[in-house]
Amino acid sequence: MPASRPIVGVLGIQGDIEKHLNALDRLGAKGRRVLAPGDLSGLTALILPGGESTTISKGLVRHELVKPIQQYAEGGGAILGTCAGAILLSRASRNHPVPTLGLVDVEAERNAYGTQTDSFVAPADPGGAAGLGGLECVFIRAPRLHAPGEGVEILACVDGAPVLVREGNRFACTFHPELTDDLRVHALLLEAGGRPCES
Amino acid sequence: MSEQNGSNGALRRGADAFELKVGLAEMMKNGVIMDVVDPEQAKIAEEAGACAVMALERVPSDIRKDGGVARMSAIEMIEGIQKAVSIPVMAKVRIGHIQEARVLEAMGVDFIDESEVLTPADDEHHIAKHDYKVPFVCGARNLGEALRRVGEGAAMIRTKGEAGSGNIVEAVRHLRTVVGEMRAIQALPEEELMSTARDMGAPHSLVQYVHEHGKLPVPNFAAGGVATPADAALCRTLGAEAVFVGSGIFKSADPEKRARAVVHACTHWEDPEEVLNASRGLGSAMEGLEMETLAESERLANRGW
Repeated sequence: MPASRPIVGVLGIQGDIEKHLNALDRLGAKGRRVLAPGDLSGLTALILPGGESTTISKGLVRHELVKPIQQYAEGGGAILGTCAGAILLSRASRNHPVPTLGLVDVEAERNAYGTQTDSFVAPADPGGAAGLGGLECVFIRAPRLHAPGEGVEILACVDGAPVLVREGNRFACTFHPELTDDLRVHALLLEAGGRPCES
Repeated sequence: MSEQNGSNGALRRGADAFELKVGLAEMMKNGVIMDVVDPEQAKIAEEAGACAVMALERVPSDIRKDGGVARMSAIEMIEGIQKAVSIPVMAKVRIGHIQEARVLEAMGVDFIDESEVLTPADDEHHIAKHDYKVPFVCGARNLGEALRRVGEGAAMIRTKGEAGSGNIVEAVRHLRTVVGEMRAIQALPEEELMSTARDMGAPHSLVQYVHEHGKLPVPNFAAGGVATPADAALCRTLGAEAVFVGSGIFKSADPEKRARAVVHACTHWEDPEEVLNASRGLGSAMEGLEMETLAESERLANRGW
């Protein structure tokens, strides 16, 4: 492992980009805003932030980032999508579907809990292999994950429903770990990025 | 939803929690929020990449032209827009109109703008915004006004600018004022904060927050007079974290193209080449107003207390 700080990209089209950059800084990683394919080189990991999935999915096409991000992930690159980012990682979305990257074998239902007045904070259910029980999960106009494929591991649930899943080095998270001080989800990503490719 | 204990002492909280209101504002950062008056415009805005739409009956330049009392929009119009798009839908209420706000909350609107663009319902008091599940955005011309609104529960602040003018000068003035006052407060010694809070009419705890963090406790957006991609990029340069565009899109020659261009410039404000590209071939912008032609009584920014 290089002694220098790992560089983690944050897709910089729209959303709470700065919150992720702050979280990375607190974990000792160097954040980089990703707006062009060239920004993907040399990354330890990549984050697709929360924001508006419609806006970001259109931005991915306009910035010609769809293929490069798919190639990055297919080459074993670690990647985390939070909320809108989780929708973009999914194999498909429903409820006003948006085009997705198809990188995590799960289906995302957009705004599955309702409008903003149905947003909520809840602790993750106890148990689970990742030890995330009790983690404070912030859901804002959040999606739900359905029908995970065989290769998908469920890392955290709230009320029995999956809210954080993992497929190889790819993490789809329906809540916003970047809005709390508990950075365990970001730490999982950095750990995955530090490992040799498995997938 | 009432609070209840979960495992590890974590609490379950509902949408009235302030962090969730500010959280939605965080999700709109680096984006553009567009005024729309019908579902067709809302779809154009969403297609262009807007991160939210503001549903209203008339854009500010028409409100200015038509005169009369401007109120909350018709329910059917807002509902039509809610059905047409999947991005968050905002709507405006008159300053101090507790009941218009309750109606919008009951409709499941995602954000309420307690706005000086509408005719105020209360000429002394704003809404007590902590009491609602839905988050609020309010306009401000200076830091004292911004912190009073946050004290009342606003989860997002925007400059007032001068809505419907197509002239960016007031938004620039308000942004520079807010950012400049924050810089000054950061440099103050601790013992001067209380007198400063008294003089600016802002809660001491929030002045203290600005002193420590150098920024507002909620996202700080720009609004009022944005008409071009370069206007949006200018607001970002001066510290705005996202941009509202009112009349500027749908009063221009080619709304679809201009909407996309403003979105692009808002993302790429640090790259002049990209702002240049976004600025090409847009046709004419909306007509603008010189501030000198507006009497003080006609200036919407003077509403709010």
